[in-house]
Amino acid sequence: MSNKMEAKALRDVVIRFSGDSGDGMQLAGSIFSNVSAELGNDIATCPDYPAEIRAPQGTIGGVSGYQVHVGGDRVFTSGDKCDVLVAMNPAALKTNTKFLSPSTIIIIDEDTLNEKEFKKALYKTNDPFTELGIHNQVVSAPITTMTKASLKDSGMDNKSMIRCKNMFALGIVCWLFDRPLEKAMQMLNEKFSRKPSIAEANIKVMTDGYNYGHNTHTIVSTYRIEGTEKKTPGLYTDVSGNVATSYGLVAAAEQAGLQLYLGSYPITPATDILHTLSKMKDLGVVTVQCEDEISGCCSAIGASFAGNLAVTSTSGPGICLKSEAINLAVIAELPLVIVNVQRGGPSTGLPTKSEQTDLIQAVYGRNGESPLVVMAATSPTNCFDAAYMAAKIALEHMTPVILLTDAYIANGSASWRIPDAADFPTIKPPFVTPEMQEGWTPTKRDAVSKVRGWALPGTKGFEHRLGGLEKDNDSAAISTDADNHQLMTETRQAKIDYIGTCIPPLTVEGDADADFLIVGWGGTYGHLHTAMDTLRSAGKKVAFAHFQFINPMPANTEEVVRRFKHVVVAEQNLGQFALLLRSKVQGVDIKQYNRVEGQPFNVHSLVEEFTKMMEE
Amino acid sequence: MMIDNKFTTTDFKSDQYVRWCPGCGDHAILNALLRAMASLGTAPEDTAVISGIGCSSRLPYYMGTYGFHTIHGRGAAIASGVKVANPKLAVWQITGDGDCLAIGGNHFIHTLRRNMDLNIILLNNRIYGLTKGQYSPTSPRGFVSKSSPYGTVEDPFRPAELVFGARGEFFARCVDVDIVHEASCMEAAARHKGAAVVEVLQNCVIFNNGSQSAVSTKQGRAEHAIYLEHGKPMVFGVNREYGLMQEGFGLKVVKIGENGVTLDDILVHDATCVDSTLQNKLALMEGPDFPVALGVIRDVKKITYNEAVYQQIAEVTAKKGKRTLRELILAGKTWRIS
Repeated sequence: MSNKMEAKALRDVVIRFSGDSGDGMQLAGSIFSNVSAELGNDIATCPDYPAEIRAPQGTIGGVSGYQVHVGGDRVFTSGDKCDVLVAMNPAALKTNTKFLSPSTIIIIDEDTLNEKEFKKALYKTNDPFTELGIHNQVVSAPITTMTKASLKDSGMDNKSMIRCKNMFALGIVCWLFDRPLEKAMQMLNEKFSRKPSIAEANIKVMTDGYNYGHNTHTIVSTYRIEGTEKKTPGLYTDVSGNVATSYGLVAAAEQAGLQLYLGSYPITPATDILHTLSKMKDLGVVTVQCEDEISGCCSAIGASFAGNLAVTSTSGPGICLKSEAINLAVIAELPLVIVNVQRGGPSTGLPTKSEQTDLIQAVYGRNGESPLVVMAATSPTNCFDAAYMAAKIALEHMTPVILLTDAYIANGSASWRIPDAADFPTIKPPFVTPEMQEGWTPTKRDAVSKVRGWALPGTKGFEHRLGGLEKDNDSAAISTDADNHQLMTETRQAKIDYIGTCIPPLTVEGDADADFLIVGWGGTYGHLHTAMDTLRSAGKKVAFAHFQFINPMPANTEEVVRRFKHVVVAEQNLGQFALLLRSKVQGVDIKQYNRVEGQPFNVHSLVEEFTKMMEE
Repeated sequence: MMIDNKFTTTDFKSDQYVRWCPGCGDHAILNALLRAMASLGTAPEDTAVISGIGCSSRLPYYMGTYGFHTIHGRGAAIASGVKVANPKLAVWQITGDGDCLAIGGNHFIHTLRRNMDLNIILLNNRIYGLTKGQYSPTSPRGFVSKSSPYGTVEDPFRPAELVFGARGEFFARCVDVDIVHEASCMEAAARHKGAAVVEVLQNCVIFNNGSQSAVSTKQGRAEHAIYLEHGKPMVFGVNREYGLMQEGFGLKVVKIGENGVTLDDILVHDATCVDSTLQNKLALMEGPDFPVALGVIRDVKKITYNEAVYQQIAEVTAKKGKRTLRELILAGKTWRIS
């Protein structure tokens, strides 16, 4: 495969695969990203799929996409605009116009460029490119015809043959970016290990796609993706955020020596956590798919009472239903991890799209004074660390912890250096010991941390009753005493506040002596980091602080924020973290950058907006 | 089964002052439960009593066991989590007709469907007591209450019907004040592996006094109730002169010695019959034409959810070997960067 024209070197490239929901775009995209990761590239991916499982073929509503950003050096986002767009039909072309830059190469299935398909995608003319104002280089390949020709001797029916056309497109892209097909073949053989004939058909079509690109030379040049930074040596795999979250929880259970219990109910985009943990029977993980969201949370609370590391996973609408139960864990002071993979809201909203709109709900969305820990993961791989920390804090501080991730980082994947269990911090729950038995009650707590002791059912001499009613600070009996309620309310708050001293301090990246501080939290880390890099490359002085701990905030938050003249909080809501930060750091002019589009931030827009703010 | 007498009722009591209204059926139910627990012989520390919200749900505070007074309707879900997390515990759920059959209806039926090994004591007084007197899902049609001043316009649930409909494998019924029999039903529920429902017909002395009057006295029960025992002919009456026979698709009450009916003609109770048709008919009997059925009406063996969970873990582990997270990750696709 060396008989090629000269390949141009690139630092990074963004490729977007798009087609009908049933066209296998997610598979083509993930194979490409995995192959790239194995070649030592850094990857960041973003699946972008509709809520409908199979909308009518060829329509706008049915377009599913998978974007992957491949870099020779570290990449922080799945990219704004794409360098290559694979569009399997005119509908995909139309939906993805916004991701095109003038230099984007479009690869389109020529067989779909006909009146019937144009109508389905609601074009007004028979010239989609002119109609959409596209002047890009277009590689129009008869993908469907070639796929069928490739499989004509396979004995497959027409429908099954057409299903392989994603592999033809993948083959072309692999050729374009000099990806060896061997690794992709290996992945297809693993994916279809039980259906070798399907694996064989897919491999044949992919190879023919590769050769098509090679033989026709329709594209001016091919590319190499090269980097200059050295990656940390080690063993790598690729993980999505949801898988990393699952792994983090298992790692915490192993470290704490507790059984992991997940009570959950299927909900997009969190269900992959349930899927991942359900497979881990050989790790002793217990998963219960409950009858509803409420039961998912309640059964986890029961499991926590019984001494498991208890978790419930969901998305925004599920949190609404779990709120009452979460509050029970607050007053009963039981460890519980609640994972909220945020999606577009309100109500059912945009189930498959990403937002950061559940922040205030997480912090305040319960009746009564109900403090708990709120954390947010910053990237697909950070989901591992965040989930581990959420479990550690819940177990050591006897509190529910809400871990916010979002659809973007949960579904997106990246290459991940497999950590060594020896590097994990210890997890030591405050279990009672026999000498504590005399006069013990479940409200006896550590004087400093305010953490109560944990006595598990089955332990003789520590029988006790918990409940949702307010309890007396000394005896743990039901109490409606005025002074006691004030004390208990303040104690519960103090317990959470104390955690602020146990978490890592807020760090500042970029120029410490800048006037301008970008503030973010959660899943937007990559975009904000890239925006900062871009601004600095352009000679601007800019600093960046990103929050992983929302409630409580790191102890040095106020000190950090006050160092800067201009502060902008960038988030995917209408200003929820800005509201929290303003109440924490008063008298500082905190500006906002807010986008609620269901899509990841666009680095270009961030840079443009920040530049404007800096010039004001 | 050996009766283990190493415990007394005192071992299962807490030091809390019992705050139910004087004359409330809950006092008797608490006593019956203490008797059952002492007789069963499971240690207090290995016993967890879980409740939701309502008058009945205060019960865990009066127990010397592990206990959890949770939130309205969710007792079954929380108790399920306790049982799955630690199957060695004996887990009791204390619930009322509102907690269990209204707000908690969904958890109730799914707990039964899964056959979670819980002992569910359903205190049915056909009224909302703690919120001071509204009709409940077991109040009869036309029932006048604070929230139904002109009478309800809806039919009640009959708990047994719901239990059988949800594939429940154990159902018993007893009367609050009939403590010895009540305790025996609770013990039977505890010995049954799987979701076991004991419906206790309970009097609310404040808001629904007399709702169980037909069976609230010994004489009343002799006249209006039938005590069912597995393997015994189903006879009742002050002089045990009546019995039950099958007629067509239904049951009928016959007088022994009349129309040539002898004791041999009377149906023998089979609580272990897998087909619940006749058990359902027994459970739904009501006056004036039929006696109210008391005792263990259904008691059928089936694998429990909590057993099945660990059985599956054991099977998968036997096949794949016990793995750590690291081993699982390393078994997947990895590559080395040096």
